[in-house]
Amino acid sequence: MPENLFKVNIEEYMLPGQRACQGCGLSLAYRYVLKALRENTIVTFPACCLTVLHGLYPTTSVTIPALNCTLASTAASASGLVAGLNAVNRTDITVVAIAGDGGTFDMGIQALSGAAERGTDFIYVCYDNEGYMNTGTQRSSATPMGALTSTTPVLTKQQPKKDMLRIMEAHDLPYLATTSPAYPIDLYDKFVKAKRIKGARYMQIAVPCPPGWGYAPKDTVRIGRLAVETGIVALFEIEDGKFRFTGRTKTLAEKGNKLPVINYVERQGRFRKMSIEQLRQLQRWVDTRWNEYLKRAEG
Amino acid sequence: MKKKDTNISAMATPAVGEAGKTGDWRDMRPVCDHSKCIPSIKKKAACFLCWLYCPEGVIKATIPLEIDLEYCKGCGICAEECPGKAITMVNEGEKNG
Repeated sequence: MPENLFKVNIEEYMLPGQRACQGCGLSLAYRYVLKALRENTIVTFPACCLTVLHGLYPTTSVTIPALNCTLASTAASASGLVAGLNAVNRTDITVVAIAGDGGTFDMGIQALSGAAERGTDFIYVCYDNEGYMNTGTQRSSATPMGALTSTTPVLTKQQPKKDMLRIMEAHDLPYLATTSPAYPIDLYDKFVKAKRIKGARYMQIAVPCPPGWGYAPKDTVRIGRLAVETGIVALFEIEDGKFRFTGRTKTLAEKGNKLPVINYVERQGRFRKMSIEQLRQLQRWVDTRWNEYLKRAEG
Repeated sequence: MKKKDTNISAMATPAVGEAGKTGDWRDMRPVCDHSKCIPSIKKKAACFLCWLYCPEGVIKATIPLEIDLEYCKGCGICAEECPGKAITMVNEGEKNG
């Protein structure tokens, strides 16, 4: 019945009883990623939360073929899969590389940049939970300013988040999009679209993480939604250089009723030591990017 | 799935309950009051936001709604997102709630 209501694929490729945490934003996002990509997909991923979700040998909780690779080599592994499939003339299969923000922003960036430059025909998905959550909340270059992590336990993180989207955009990709599991239909539609396009495609999912961010598991969707409504995460897609807002961000841009970041910050334990000055800096950082996006959306 | 590829030495096979019965993780259990549940009231496919937002995919979007308590981890997203407040979280020890 929900297939007519939400216009999504009813098939579940992620079986119940998987190993992700309670209220995991990744498992919610991954459920819709797989629904959108359907069969004829090969997933490759490094050691990350997704490996945990896929489970321990000899069983797995996902019915899509998957290949484990080493940490920095996600995009290289995908390039190999594409080359192998081409060699045996299987061009109907979509190769998807998925890595967390550590495996993308920090370690995987050279392999990803190489694959993007070669124009390898694959989808690269970065699920951005803003830290090394799988190994115990260490700081990554995706961690926002003012957040406490296990490697910045006394002083909060002083640097703002790396703008990976701009780095990837510089590769002139045919398709680039940001999504959030708080808006599953938006996420689903973008992956359906990405599957149809040829070339290297980059998708970034802003995934809330209950244990790492310090909030109750029941608030995963609410936090994801607040991230979008405060402009921390902007939902957009860039198709052949053409920038377009989508979903909730589009209505926010039209109405101009973006919330202040304090609404997002106050609900998370990781921001408890944030100073007022850092809060102002975070707000400025969000506003600068938001104004840039607004200018680009106008054309 | 059954065919064994000799080139692959370690291949995992899909299984339900890979991490065991994940219902054991729960301390709060979702209970649906069908008199408040929108699809049950309207008697047609409507709402189903719990199905949409369930990270585990354990909610079956049928009328009446079914929740697979064997694998539900009890995160409480369904109760939080339910617009009719039909789903409530009750302590595991209590009956019905």
